[in-house]
Amino acid sequence: MSTGTGRLWPWQLALLGALLFGWHELTASEILPSFFFGRPLLVWAVLRQWFTSGLIYPHLGVTLLETLLAFACGTLLGILAGMWLGLSPRVAALLEPYIKAVNAMPRVVLAPIFAMWFGLGVGSKVALGITLVFFGVFFNVLQGIREVSPVVLANARLLGASSAQLLRHVYWPAATSWVFSSLHTSVGMAFVGAVVGEYLGSARGVGYLILQAEGVFDINAVIAGIVVLTVCALLLDALVTRVERRLLVWRPAPASAAHADSR
Amino acid sequence: MRDAVTLRGASLAFSTPQGRLEVVREVDLSVGVGEFLCIVGPTGCGKSTLLNLVAGLLIPSVGSVLIDETPVSGIHPAVGYLFQADALLPWRDALGNVAAGLVFRGMPRKEAEAEALVWLQRVGLAGAARRFPHQLSGGMKKRVALAQVLAVNPRILLMDEPFSALDVQTRAQMENELLRLWAQDRKSVIFITHDLEEAIALGDRVVVMSAGPASRPIGSHVIDLPRPREVEEIRMTPRFLELQRQIWEQLRHEVHAGQARTSAWTE
Repeated sequence: MSTGTGRLWPWQLALLGALLFGWHELTASEILPSFFFGRPLLVWAVLRQWFTSGLIYPHLGVTLLETLLAFACGTLLGILAGMWLGLSPRVAALLEPYIKAVNAMPRVVLAPIFAMWFGLGVGSKVALGITLVFFGVFFNVLQGIREVSPVVLANARLLGASSAQLLRHVYWPAATSWVFSSLHTSVGMAFVGAVVGEYLGSARGVGYLILQAEGVFDINAVIAGIVVLTVCALLLDALVTRVERRLLVWRPAPASAAHADSR
Repeated sequence: MRDAVTLRGASLAFSTPQGRLEVVREVDLSVGVGEFLCIVGPTGCGKSTLLNLVAGLLIPSVGSVLIDETPVSGIHPAVGYLFQADALLPWRDALGNVAAGLVFRGMPRKEAEAEALVWLQRVGLAGAARRFPHQLSGGMKKRVALAQVLAVNPRILLMDEPFSALDVQTRAQMENELLRLWAQDRKSVIFITHDLEEAIALGDRVVVMSAGPASRPIGSHVIDLPRPREVEEIRMTPRFLELQRQIWEQLRHEVHAGQARTSAWTE
């Protein structure tokens, strides 16, 4: 994989340059109206102003805090609920239609309710993020618990594991390994929850910045906000990959990665 | 000889959509203390079921299973079980896996790992202590599993075709290793296999099961070969061949009966 990207990255950078240049030329000549499409140099100026004046930091801080809280709470609740239902098939059968219904509902529509319940501050965004994160984790944990190998389970019992020890040494690792496999999605969901929540009503955060800019038709600031969010999402994703590598040493490398390595 | 394990008229039946399926019927069987008993039989004759009854993973529908003359009502702490399939905890390295049983039984982790390392050395895997199961070969995994079950020092060891997935050389090596470890403290062993040669090479006694369903022991043969044994060499001795011929006479009939029944099902 490293050799592949090693050869590719100059081209990827060149492509980015070409896109930026095309955008610049088209909007400078007003073939694309710059009122609607913004101008790269002006976006850059907004970004510089945000970071040099320090205006962006409290907003970014709030958005990241919401993301982190939503991710942590949603994951924890998802694990607990998944383990509970995974270990009590009767309760799972009872609740199944309701879980399906809640999962099928577009949960972003809950944002106004959360805004009423928890106000325009951090709370309502975290609540929205939790509803988004929870289900991914929950279904993965449920699957993980149901797919614990019966032989591994029997072996642990014969080695003397009590029910509590089975929970801790067999079910918990099995469940959490599935959580880590959905970590990328969960972090992304938490981020979406934070930004969408802010966008729908808030007094702070990057989503709020975008909303403000949109209110005065400042397309360059909108794009600058999107750039900040994208870079943040990429950084979060890279962080997750590192954590994942550390925590999942016991797992065989996925076939696709092994294939890429052999190139 | 005192009995470590006794089965008295033990039957096990499942209800299936096709009706009641009796896997084993009225099994009377006993294993002496320190005896190495091998059970052979055609595929699908309920050998594993028998082992699960002794392990307390299954409860007989009729009859009883006794360990040290006391009826079994669940998993017994004196019983160790080496499974045919891979049963290691995939998220623990070799050392953690061998230590697992000791930790489950209340030993502090540090102490358990020190003890586990000794067991890994005994099976020749001290160098692989920090490797995870997916980083080990099939033979190495079996060694770790063997160390794992022996570390909790069971008095009764149940083995369900443990070496059937290994290649011929690794298998012979593992068989010798098992005999060497067994000779040190002579646990009572029930070893299930479909391979008659393996059964004769390892056991003090070989029990032949009839073809399933409703299978039961139909013959018991004392193996009077001297110990210590080297499995590759003992296979060529005249007495071994004589025993093999004698037991095969009985087994052949059941294998054919089993095959006839399986092909009748598939048609």
